[in-house]
Amino acid sequence: MSTLRLTDVRKTYSSGHLEVEALRGITMSVEEGEYVAVMGPSGSGKSTLMHILGCLDVPTAGSYELAGTDVSKMTETELAEVRNRRIGFVFQGFNLLPSMSAWRNVELPLVYAGLARDVRRARAIAALERVGLGDRVDHRPGELSGGQQQRVAVARALVSDPALILADEPTGNLDSRSTADVLSLFAELHDSGRTIMLITHEADVAQAAQRTVRIRDGLVEQVVAA
Amino acid sequence: MNGIETFRTALEAIRSHRLRSTLTMLGILIGIAAVILTVGLGQGAQSKVSAEISKLGSNLLIVTPGSTTSTTGIRGGRGSSSTLTTADASALSSKQVAPDIKSVAATSTSTQSLTVGTSNWTTTVTGTTPNWLDVRARTLDSGRFITQADLDAARPVAVLGADTVAQLFPRGQAVGQTVTINGSSFTVVGVLAAIGTTSSTTSDDDLAVVPQTTFATRVSANSTRSSVSTIYVEAASASALTAAYQEADALLLTRHGVSSTAADFSIASQQSLIKTATSTDATLTILLGGVAGISLLVGGIGVMNIMLVSVTERVREIGLRKALGATPSAVRRQFLVEASSLGATGGLLGLGLGVVGAVVLPHWLNQPVTISPLAAVGAVVVALGIGVTAGVYPAGRAARLAPIDALRNE
Repeated sequence: MSTLRLTDVRKTYSSGHLEVEALRGITMSVEEGEYVAVMGPSGSGKSTLMHILGCLDVPTAGSYELAGTDVSKMTETELAEVRNRRIGFVFQGFNLLPSMSAWRNVELPLVYAGLARDVRRARAIAALERVGLGDRVDHRPGELSGGQQQRVAVARALVSDPALILADEPTGNLDSRSTADVLSLFAELHDSGRTIMLITHEADVAQAAQRTVRIRDGLVEQVVAA
Repeated sequence: MNGIETFRTALEAIRSHRLRSTLTMLGILIGIAAVILTVGLGQGAQSKVSAEISKLGSNLLIVTPGSTTSTTGIRGGRGSSSTLTTADASALSSKQVAPDIKSVAATSTSTQSLTVGTSNWTTTVTGTTPNWLDVRARTLDSGRFITQADLDAARPVAVLGADTVAQLFPRGQAVGQTVTINGSSFTVVGVLAAIGTTSSTTSDDDLAVVPQTTFATRVSANSTRSSVSTIYVEAASASALTAAYQEADALLLTRHGVSSTAADFSIASQQSLIKTATSTDATLTILLGGVAGISLLVGGIGVMNIMLVSVTERVREIGLRKALGATPSAVRRQFLVEASSLGATGGLLGLGLGVVGAVVLPHWLNQPVTISPLAAVGAVVVALGIGVTAGVYPAGRAARLAPIDALRNE
């Protein structure tokens, strides 16, 4: 069963009189437990694809099925619920809230899922232990290194046990050692059966995936199996 | 996301910008304190005046000569300074004509110098009848009041107010002493119990009461013997006040042979006196309260302004929360709770400041400040309402932010 399936997905942005076709008919699917990298130069539509995959935006045309549900016609509120339950995000800029400790950052998706505080804390700490930060649960992001911050972000992506982990340039702001760290974490998560989509422009990062999808000018250019 | 979490998140956001939140609350705080104090001052002044007018006596109607109309000013009677007479007073006390009138006391007043030995004191001398004591709801401190016998024989006896006694007989024991009024010697037969000061200029405790007949012959020689300056009418009960008013009005109109449009007398009730006396206070209260209300409005605009800045500043946070599953309504609630917490906290602190002011101010202003529980609760509710209102637009903006736009802002 495929975790996600895109069928002829198009996305057109219009600003004023100018219409930009960011995606011009993308069809692809990712199976459960797969580790897929999406590569492409800037302006290829890679980011737009990532937004649609992450349910942060809806396609202009075409359908997007996530875990058997068509999400392309959903309302904002329904999309919020899908993001909360089915997708774990890892961003390039970490996007941690600086005023909150590591575990409070990790529990955020569970807050919006409506779980009780003690359950949230237990699960957040378990997720932080999983990424090797069991001794840093009360540290604030500012007290952690870039690699550690990104590991907190990965823990946050894991904590709600989503069907899909979506990483947008997760190593873009990291040095090579932290990059290796985060990639080995993804490899570990993949080994434990999670579906991972990694968006990157670095070929060596993409190599960690089982399969690489190359995007250019809003179309799938090439699929390379590792 | 449940209510407690929303509240916790909002409080964290407020705490993380301590100085800004404090300054924002200050606007609401000052506004609420100002409203509470101005309204409290106004109510305090009104209740003070009402309490003093109520001291005049219960169920009282006050008949005075002359009549004020909007077109002709004060209308006097034909050929005399006072249109009311002792005969009017005795007609009013007739049970057949006016069954709802319990008792009547006609008074004439004159400002006179009272002399005891070498000391003298200027006060109001009132000539009246024995039932003045009941009608005006006064009691005696010592001695007796003037009697019917005093009245019939026009005896030179006087009953003094407590303050007058304090001035003329500093060593006390006034009953039995002699006081000279307008060249005549009067024997002090009684002293009235003190009731408190009516206003800064006149006192109900500074007066001398003499029999009506004695007043006409010895005190105020130039006044017509039978004319009186005020007739106090006591109704049988509070519910009979309106009936008593109509009976007195009809009777006096008939006796004076005039129509109601040409009336040469006025009848005022305690209620109408209170209304007149407090109307200026009420106007001033509304005016000051309006100014205070404007400061509250400015405070509310301050909250809105800060919330808008806050939304702009936290675009990334909002985007992240949305990406992690915050629904638009959860985001809206968070900002609404934040704004209303600022408003409510400012309101509570403002209420505190107002209460402190209500305790401290009377020492400086010599004016009572009344803070009713209703006004206190109302103030906090209003502050909360201002917070909510000020939060609606910024919260709506935060809720409408598209997560991608919010996250892209790097």
